[in-house]
Amino acid sequence: MLMKLTGGRIYDPAYGINGKVRDIYVDDGWIVEAPSDGKVLQELDLRGKVVMAGAIDMHTHIGGGKVNIARTMLPEDHAADVVARTELMRSGCGHAAPSTLTAGYRYAEMGYTAGFEPAILPSNARQAHMEMHDTPIIDKGGYVMLGSDDYLLRMMAANNDQESINNYVAWTITHSQAIGVKVVNPGGINAFKFNQRKLDLDEKNSFYGVTPREILLRLARAVKELGIPHPLHVHGCNLGVPGNMNTTLDTMNGIEGLPMHMTHIQFHSYGTEGDYKFSSGAAEIAEAINRHKNITVDVGQILFGQTVTASGDSMHQHAGHAHAHPNKWVTMDIECDAGCGVLPFKYKDQSYVNALQWMIGLETFLLVEDPWRIFLTTDHPNGAPFTSYPHLIRLLMDKTFRNEVLSRLHPEAQKASRLASIDREYSLYEIAIMTRAGAAKLVGLADRGHLGVGGAADITVYTDHADREKMFSKPDYVFKDGRIVVKDGDLIDVTWGTTHVVKPDYDKSIETSLKVYFDKYLTMKMGNFKISDDEIVDDGRGSLTIQPLHKGGRI
Amino acid sequence: MTEKVEEVIRYDVPSPFCGIASDDLTVSIIGQKVKVLENGDAYTSPGFETPITDRAPRVNGKEVTLAVAVEHTAKLLRKSKQTVISGLATDLNGARAAMALADKGRATVDHMNSRAVFKNTLVLQNTGWMNTTLSEVKNRVDMLLIVGSDIEAGFPRFFERIIWPEDTLFDQDIESRSIIYLGKGPSGKASTSPEGKKAEVMLCDDADLPEVLSVLRALVAGRTINAQEVGGVSVTDLAQLATRLKEAKYSVVTWVASMLEFDHAEVSVQMVCEMVKDLNIKARSSGLPLGGKDGEVTVNQVAVWQSGYPMRTNFNRGYPDYDPYLSDCLRMLKDDEVDTLLWVSSFDITRKVPASKALTVVLGRSGMTFDTEPAVFIPVGTPGIDHKGRAFRADGVVSLPLRQLRDSGLPSTFDVLSAIEQAL
Repeated sequence: MLMKLTGGRIYDPAYGINGKVRDIYVDDGWIVEAPSDGKVLQELDLRGKVVMAGAIDMHTHIGGGKVNIARTMLPEDHAADVVARTELMRSGCGHAAPSTLTAGYRYAEMGYTAGFEPAILPSNARQAHMEMHDTPIIDKGGYVMLGSDDYLLRMMAANNDQESINNYVAWTITHSQAIGVKVVNPGGINAFKFNQRKLDLDEKNSFYGVTPREILLRLARAVKELGIPHPLHVHGCNLGVPGNMNTTLDTMNGIEGLPMHMTHIQFHSYGTEGDYKFSSGAAEIAEAINRHKNITVDVGQILFGQTVTASGDSMHQHAGHAHAHPNKWVTMDIECDAGCGVLPFKYKDQSYVNALQWMIGLETFLLVEDPWRIFLTTDHPNGAPFTSYPHLIRLLMDKTFRNEVLSRLHPEAQKASRLASIDREYSLYEIAIMTRAGAAKLVGLADRGHLGVGGAADITVYTDHADREKMFSKPDYVFKDGRIVVKDGDLIDVTWGTTHVVKPDYDKSIETSLKVYFDKYLTMKMGNFKISDDEIVDDGRGSLTIQPLHKGGRI
Repeated sequence: MTEKVEEVIRYDVPSPFCGIASDDLTVSIIGQKVKVLENGDAYTSPGFETPITDRAPRVNGKEVTLAVAVEHTAKLLRKSKQTVISGLATDLNGARAAMALADKGRATVDHMNSRAVFKNTLVLQNTGWMNTTLSEVKNRVDMLLIVGSDIEAGFPRFFERIIWPEDTLFDQDIESRSIIYLGKGPSGKASTSPEGKKAEVMLCDDADLPEVLSVLRALVAGRTINAQEVGGVSVTDLAQLATRLKEAKYSVVTWVASMLEFDHAEVSVQMVCEMVKDLNIKARSSGLPLGGKDGEVTVNQVAVWQSGYPMRTNFNRGYPDYDPYLSDCLRMLKDDEVDTLLWVSSFDITRKVPASKALTVVLGRSGMTFDTEPAVFIPVGTPGIDHKGRAFRADGVVSLPLRQLRDSGLPSTFDVLSAIEQAL
């Protein structure tokens, strides 16, 4: 059914369109050319409205083992935000560790149409997909975690060539149905199993003799050579450790110009200056990002209140367990593959450290110059639940509001930050880059994040309210694949999004050695490890979208 | 003349029956007859080999069509003021359908094994833990402490598959692995090493285990104990055990919650988990709760991601309301709080429907028997035999794809529950 969206002010950075009034035509889920005969079946008057593509959260913990551990652990947090069933929606719970159903509804209600789970363990990938399958409306996908798995470290210790590592990466991404590769505390999760309690960039794993720097180089090169659009997604060494800004700078310098995405950079931008031996490294980090064009980052902004931190980084989650609030926590060693740690956490505005973390995140947003290389995240739920994005957008777009909030925070932290002196305010165009066009480009979604002909009709329509938090909390309309799913901020239809993946080529001969490895050392057969396309389609509600690789990718 | 039915052999078949999801089975299928040829055990082989007997649904003992049974069930649920959906021995999609039905029908959900499972869940919700998974244990364990559990009675292949493999990643001499039982001893020889080294056993009564564990934890934490003996166990022996745990490179403490048959065993599980945390101040140590049969892990996982809460959650008020005491299905039935019980049991025909005054609808494996004929009985297929499915194993991390081995025509639990939900 051909629909015309008339007269909206379009923010479509993929095509350089910055607030121009244009009509958009939608047919059968896609954005199409204006019909030659001018005939449309339905018309929606969007004059005066702001129109963007549906937003894309490129790093959000929405599915998989550690998220479900977090949910199990937090009955008291759910109790304050239980969600009743309606004619349209299933019941569930919200806030820090929302149920899959509620997460999907709430993302859509905020104008988001896709979210990517950043830490899919190969051994737990099946569960991550089960949960994402039960997440309505939004498209999903994820990055598969490598870098602490014994298979890779054995290959590296044996000095296997890059081609064999590329094969292994391609095989893993294919059979865990992922769209990218992530590394968390490279080699560190593995080292923790050998009772190492920290692992700096050039420190050797005590068993394999391999360093994080080498792991990053091997994996970043594999991702690039395979033509996988999403650069290696890196949760660096020393998360949360005061002074880790130096490791972060070394990591950027050490990647030899290869594309690398450094995630929740806020947690990796700490100095050791001042009375509290905890200071902001945001200026130096932002300056380095501005200089290194191969680097992209998302922020991992913290916001105040109760949340839960769920990470693959068992080493640093264990190190931080004394901060668990309430006082309960989990870590796991997992399948000679990876690990995880889950700690409930409360960020307090009168804590020096927490207040400064808030400032470091915002300083990073405001000091990184190129909005195509920085992305809006709270590392949901680690810095804050994703439902706080409209508030965060207001902090970025409204200096008066930002400084007013700042003035209420821990006074010593205020003195330690230059945030109050930063005048920058994000424009709508820049927000559209960070949350749409840039995110789609970064993840490698050819058909999302833009409003050009041939793009999926994932569209969000807002009222241009001066209070940006209000504006971004309640879109007038959200279209998912051409269907209106949200009207005036309320859900009116429930659809089921697709799962985005890439399928890089690999040499089948790798299965000979992998099969031996699975048989000898693991506790499942290689054939049973593989997640079939049918499992993604499942009961018919799911679907698979294979995104194109960069040209020239090779094994 | 009947046509000869070809035998089909399937390899690497995963078992949904054994809790540790052994997936190295070789299975023969001749028509409807399934036989485990290799790598079966006391749970897996009967699980696969139970023959199909009933095929027709029954309402009040009379055979009816599936459509009639579904409509009758929907009628009962529409009239019900307090429905409990329990048993819930099913796979991923069965669990999904049960949650959808509970949500729509404002029912309470609980699992047949909840009494055991909650000994662990309550600890996770109160203090947490440091746990590990089967492949880590297989490659790393140098000391296995088994608390209050005769592992091989419940998990016959645990030692063979996990503790005594031929190869490990880190070139460990598996004969150097220490196996220590605390509380119950082993009923067989599975824990004896390939070269004949027997497990060490420190026996005590179940009733004394909480006290013994608290002393062991105190010793691990470096506290002084004045008593000479606790629960019949010498404190000197416990002190030696504490020292060995602290010196081990990768100790694993395991237990089977269903075998901790004493009141408030969750407190003992907590004692173990906190001891493991204490050990990790300097060494590496992990817990490993064993369980996972009858879909108990799968169903809890699905309930948690769909609602935020595990079993023992009710939807009476239109939203999930979790109460591990009030929404205990067995307690509710005993106290006559349930008017309609929907019981799902698709794996094990020996599991009985709990007796109660409630009108009972059973979605059960063909061959199930009843002390009292339920109001409705619908024979359903078994995941991993009659239809595809997915199931989590004990460690809650790994799940396996279950296969369809024969074309029995039996509906899946998902199909039936979804039809009931549609009819509501």
